Amino acid sequence: MIHLEQVVKSYDQQVNIVDNLDLRIHKGEFVVLVGESGCGKTTTMKMINRLIEPTRGKVLINGEDISRVDGNELRRNIGYVIQNVGLLPHLSIEKNIATVPLLCGKDEVEVNKKVAELLEMIELPAEEYAQRYPRELSGGQQQRVGVARALANDPDIILMDEPFSALDPLTREQLQDELLKLQDELHKTIVFVTHDIDEALKLGDRIAVMQGGKILQYAEPEELLKNPLNEFVENFVGKDRLWKTPDMLKAEDIMSRRVVKIAPNRSVVYAIELMKEHGVRELLVVEGSRLLGVVGSNRIKGTGDTRIKMRDIMKVDIVKVPRDMCLVEVLNIRKERKVAYISVLDEQEKIVGIITDTSILNVLTDIVPEMEEY
Amino acid sequence: MSVINYILEHYAEMLQRVMEHVFLAGVSVLIACVIGIPVGFMVTNNKRLSAIVINIANIIQTIPSLALFAFAIPVFGVGAKPAIFALSLYALLPIIKNTLIGINNVDPAIIEAARGMGMSTGQIMFKVEVPLAISVIMGGVRIATVTSIGIATIAVLIGAGGLGQVIYQGISMMDYDMIFAGAFFSALLALIVDYLLGIVEKHLTSEGIVNNTKV
Repeated sequence: MIHLEQVVKSYDQQVNIVDNLDLRIHKGEFVVLVGESGCGKTTTMKMINRLIEPTRGKVLINGEDISRVDGNELRRNIGYVIQNVGLLPHLSIEKNIATVPLLCGKDEVEVNKKVAELLEMIELPAEEYAQRYPRELSGGQQQRVGVARALANDPDIILMDEPFSALDPLTREQLQDELLKLQDELHKTIVFVTHDIDEALKLGDRIAVMQGGKILQYAEPEELLKNPLNEFVENFVGKDRLWKTPDMLKAEDIMSRRVVKIAPNRSVVYAIELMKEHGVRELLVVEGSRLLGVVGSNRIKGTGDTRIKMRDIMKVDIVKVPRDMCLVEVLNIRKERKVAYISVLDEQEKIVGIITDTSILNVLTDIVPEMEEY
Repeated sequence: MSVINYILEHYAEMLQRVMEHVFLAGVSVLIACVIGIPVGFMVTNNKRLSAIVINIANIIQTIPSLALFAFAIPVFGVGAKPAIFALSLYALLPIIKNTLIGINNVDPAIIEAARGMGMSTGQIMFKVEVPLAISVIMGGVRIATVTSIGIATIAVLIGAGGLGQVIYQGISMMDYDMIFAGAFFSALLALIVDYLLGIVEKHLTSEGIVNNTKV
């Protein structure tokens, strides 16, 4: 939907504020540009509605080069929310929201209906708020109106430039939640700029971490936490964040991917061989593609009898979980069902891994913050 | 009491002088508005240009009014014309200055939001800057009007008439009632006009803007 191609912005010949930047944003996606101040995130965003013209490179929206579109026309069809809200203080709330559709010459009756709808949506009832002036509203309410104003002309794209950073933490959180709720219903393409990584992780479908006018990593929040591309991203995201947000960890992150299968009629000796060969402590007993049970090394020890087959000693109470189940839920299941093994299935019900005490321990050791920090 | 008697006896003449005075000051301020407000708007985005314009207006303001009236005579002759010319020049400074201040005081965030919403430069000017700056601009107009009414009394020296005529005659005839009557009407006129402009200002200013200027 939005495509930045080799975009460069420089104010003099020496420094590129935005440096050969490529960015693809899909329709309906909530993308957050995050980085320290001066990293070029706002400049990048403003090139999407041509408040800033790129020095080199192209910005395409739906495949169309926007430099060929009239700037004002373009901006009327892109919602825009800024940090300082910027409501027109001399106009009532109602008129503020109606500004853009009226600029576009839309029918006044239609516009008024839309305004009432939007006020309803942002939970500022029209009877009470429509005729008020911006200064009579709290900061949080003002920014709600700011968001409603951005939605008034039914744009497909909304640009948000640190819209919540001037609000107190409580209101900020509230507006973030509301925005997520809105996005669930409206599926707009949102480009959101912030310096707050917490906000980015909370809101973004995908996050672009920027530094020095470049995108260092462009990935989903989970990916960013688990596989930061380099040290800068890791430090920026926060090394111990995964630890603080265990719901970001999924079943597939705590499972052992080394799945070794064995047929039910195999002997203990063969099982020991297999374990040694693959360096695992558990074997999945599988018939065809059906999982029958799990045999752990503790079950095999002490049974020298070669006549004993896998199906005789395997544990059969295997819990299956989808791979995107979150860590907390998995641990709860383990506790409730008192099972030692949990098999993890993908979308095709295929086993992709197994969760054991060891696999959990391995993951936890990886993500526990380094000792000297405490 | 003799002042009141004087006014009652010379009722018609007083009224005529007041009308002349209103004409002189009114036309001058109108001309200053027509020139000053657009000039103020044009130079807002250019710091150097606005400094130059303000300096020129400042220099004009420092020329003694008597001298400025005299300078206008070779060009416009005597009468109302040179008076209006000089009064307009005096009225320019507060009008240009307040226009500049009013527009510069508009929160940049509001302008940015307006641009981001897709308003053209003209729309930003008329739908955002003018309504937001109007009370400050009107403040300038009020100052210009009050000063013009005051200075216009001197215009009698170049034959422009007005309430200055009453005062000047009073001085030459040593008639204190006459001097006082002229001064009284001039002051009263200034107060009334300022009050009326205050009402206009109030009507032009949106309720949404906290108004610090007292009417």
